[in-house]
Amino acid sequence: MGLSITWFILIAILWAGFFVLEGFDLGVGMLHSVVGRTEEERNAAVATIGPFWDGNEVWLIVAGAGMFAAFPSWYATMFSAFYLPLVLLLVALIVRGVSFEFREKVHQARWRTTWQWCLTIGSLLIPLLAGVAIGDLLAGIPIDAHQEFTGNFFDLLTPYGLYVGVTFTLLCLVHGALFLALKSTGTVRQRSERLAAMLSPVMAVAVIGFTIWTLTQSNRGDLPSLLELIAIMGSLAAVWLAWEQIYGWAFAATTVTVACSVLAVFADLYPRVMVSSTSARYNLTVTNTTSSHYALTVMTIVAVTLLPFVLAYQGWTYYVFRARVRVSDETPPAVPAQSQPS
Amino acid sequence: MNAVGLARWQFATTSIYHFLFVPVTIGLAFLTAILQTQWHRNGKSEYLRLTRFFGTLLVINVAVGVVTGLVQEFQFGMSWSEYSRTVGDVFGAPLAMEGLAAFFLESTFLGLWIFGWGRLPKRIHLLTIWAVSLGTALSAAFIMAANSWMQHPVGYKINPTTGRPELSDIWALLTNPVFLWGYAHVLLSSLVTACVIMLAVSAWQLRRGTDRKIFEPTARLSLIVLAPAMILTMFVGSELGVIEARYQPMKIAAAEAQWSTCQPCSFSLFQIGGGNHDQTPTQIIQIPHLLSLLATNSWNGKVVGLNPLQSQYQQKYGPGYYVPNVFIQYWSMRVMAYIAVIILALAGWGLWLIRRRRLASSRRFLFVATWAAALPFVMNTAGWFLTESGRQPWIVQGIQLTRNAVSPSVSAAMIATSLIVFLLLYLALGIVDVVLMLRYARISVPEPPVTAIHDQAGGPQSPVPAPTY
Repeated sequence: MGLSITWFILIAILWAGFFVLEGFDLGVGMLHSVVGRTEEERNAAVATIGPFWDGNEVWLIVAGAGMFAAFPSWYATMFSAFYLPLVLLLVALIVRGVSFEFREKVHQARWRTTWQWCLTIGSLLIPLLAGVAIGDLLAGIPIDAHQEFTGNFFDLLTPYGLYVGVTFTLLCLVHGALFLALKSTGTVRQRSERLAAMLSPVMAVAVIGFTIWTLTQSNRGDLPSLLELIAIMGSLAAVWLAWEQIYGWAFAATTVTVACSVLAVFADLYPRVMVSSTSARYNLTVTNTTSSHYALTVMTIVAVTLLPFVLAYQGWTYYVFRARVRVSDETPPAVPAQSQPS
Repeated sequence: MNAVGLARWQFATTSIYHFLFVPVTIGLAFLTAILQTQWHRNGKSEYLRLTRFFGTLLVINVAVGVVTGLVQEFQFGMSWSEYSRTVGDVFGAPLAMEGLAAFFLESTFLGLWIFGWGRLPKRIHLLTIWAVSLGTALSAAFIMAANSWMQHPVGYKINPTTGRPELSDIWALLTNPVFLWGYAHVLLSSLVTACVIMLAVSAWQLRRGTDRKIFEPTARLSLIVLAPAMILTMFVGSELGVIEARYQPMKIAAAEAQWSTCQPCSFSLFQIGGGNHDQTPTQIIQIPHLLSLLATNSWNGKVVGLNPLQSQYQQKYGPGYYVPNVFIQYWSMRVMAYIAVIILALAGWGLWLIRRRRLASSRRFLFVATWAAALPFVMNTAGWFLTESGRQPWIVQGIQLTRNAVSPSVSAAMIATSLIVFLLLYLALGIVDVVLMLRYARISVPEPPVTAIHDQAGGPQSPVPAPTY
């Protein structure tokens, strides 16, 4: 039992890590053509996340694989229930993922516009869909005694789930705008700063609404949990700091807000992992979906051994690429880009 | 078609597609690392140019490989939820390890490598490409451990309450003979794939390029690696065949369309007719004893036929039809093996030309080598047909049947929808990828200013991490 809890927490942390890290690169993806009016500016905006986004996305893969390994029935029920939304999520991940690589490769207006839209829309759909899925875990969808989903596509569009999706998307937007404010220069930086100041109050209101709704949804009294309190304080701090133009700390504040919001949903779920709207007896729980003790022991040893290294080298990446990204016509690059085929 | 059929089509097409990119990534990451190491050692600028040239091809290829891998990771739960629920305790572990150990390493260090030119000290930057190469190889290790468990389940016990297999010995999983030999087979054939691609691109450049000389080293490098890699792939593959004949006799008997037991057994080069409804095809050019050798490693080895195996399986697992698609088995085995021979011949021809110092001037060889680029993809796909179709009707040999493994809550219409979506998307991606690979494979390699690249990070003129690979 002890290890199942450990793995439940670990999976919550992996999801939180995904939203914190991929969150800002999703935000940058959504905003890159808003803060960048010229080709050079858009390139500079995308270059701020160039070295990071792929590593960030692995958090999602590991969260999914972790659920598969530690709670096979949770993974089986959730992924088959969300079949069509997940197809859409995969399409979004695919077109967005290749757009980073493809957009630069051909100098042609239509080519670039296509991938620009792929990047923007893909980046918008990913937090929205992932947010709806996580919200639905708590909102509850029809699940029968055999842990099988019995509803249809529209049962997945729970009001709470949709609201969580919108909230997470807003969080990613502000998180990304602040990241851009920290990592860009010139006009891109100015626009990002303005956007962060404009969007952050909307985000804070959404987070407060999210807390209230989560409280009603989980039915456990009127008092917000510590995580929810921190999320609210973080979002308010982000607004204040963005207005005061202290962007480093504002980014720290959105980091805390994103992490605590995601963790709050999982904390309210526990010991359930998926609520059944059919009957509380059919809820999926940590106990009735867990893997065997031996499998969890093996997985724990592997995770405990490897995660510190992962955190270390991912952290090192952020250190290596800590400099702001200039728009390429401000200063000539030291390394000329590979010549293009005409 | 029902949900099972559609789910199988979807998994097969998306996996085959994914595995067009995987071997190129594994092999090309390794070869690019070698090129960069050579540049590091000899300091010759053409090696830097080659590193960056093949690095660009690698990166275009990785982009598609990574995103199509996501589909595979999600698909187990989406359309095979009964499978995931039943065997997740065992099968999930290597998958999660793959994410933790390999994906993080591969993607983080690829970012460092792509954007690290000029930011990282030379030596550290060299290490990042080796870390990428290690990540790709590790990734293949874990997924092959998982796949090998489906071929030959080990290290588990059945939970009496749930009736599901549970992991009981991770070490057994990681020393599964099917895994050890299968993994070596995949690594080696990935190296073969990348060598043929590198050879084809170099040959193309040598044929037309203005910058002829620069591609001679890579033509030579690819041939020198290709010949031993191809021989080893064939050797390991034949050992794998012996091991699979032990644990999955149906697979190997079907690969020879051997309906009745034989001893010693001959191998037919071709056959006319055949398949599950024709037990007496016309076999053309029989090589005596060869099947005995391939399947059992002994001159007079016995191979049990499909009919006796079918009655054995019925006694053991109950009524049902346990013979895989014989037509696919027979021909995928031959396509794989014959292409391997052709590639080996090509490598031999190339090595002979190197010896005669005529590699760069033999137009006939360069022409053939360019068009050989398609061969390894057909060979790899045939290999996967042989091993995966040969496991049917089981999804996990002896534990779960494929038809019992699909998601009960997912309708055939939903799978048909996603299948069409993925096919169209993959078609578009494939076209874009091929167009880009061709464009970038054809451009002449620019002379990069070597001195500028190795400014230390954080200098007053800190270089822009624009896409400069």
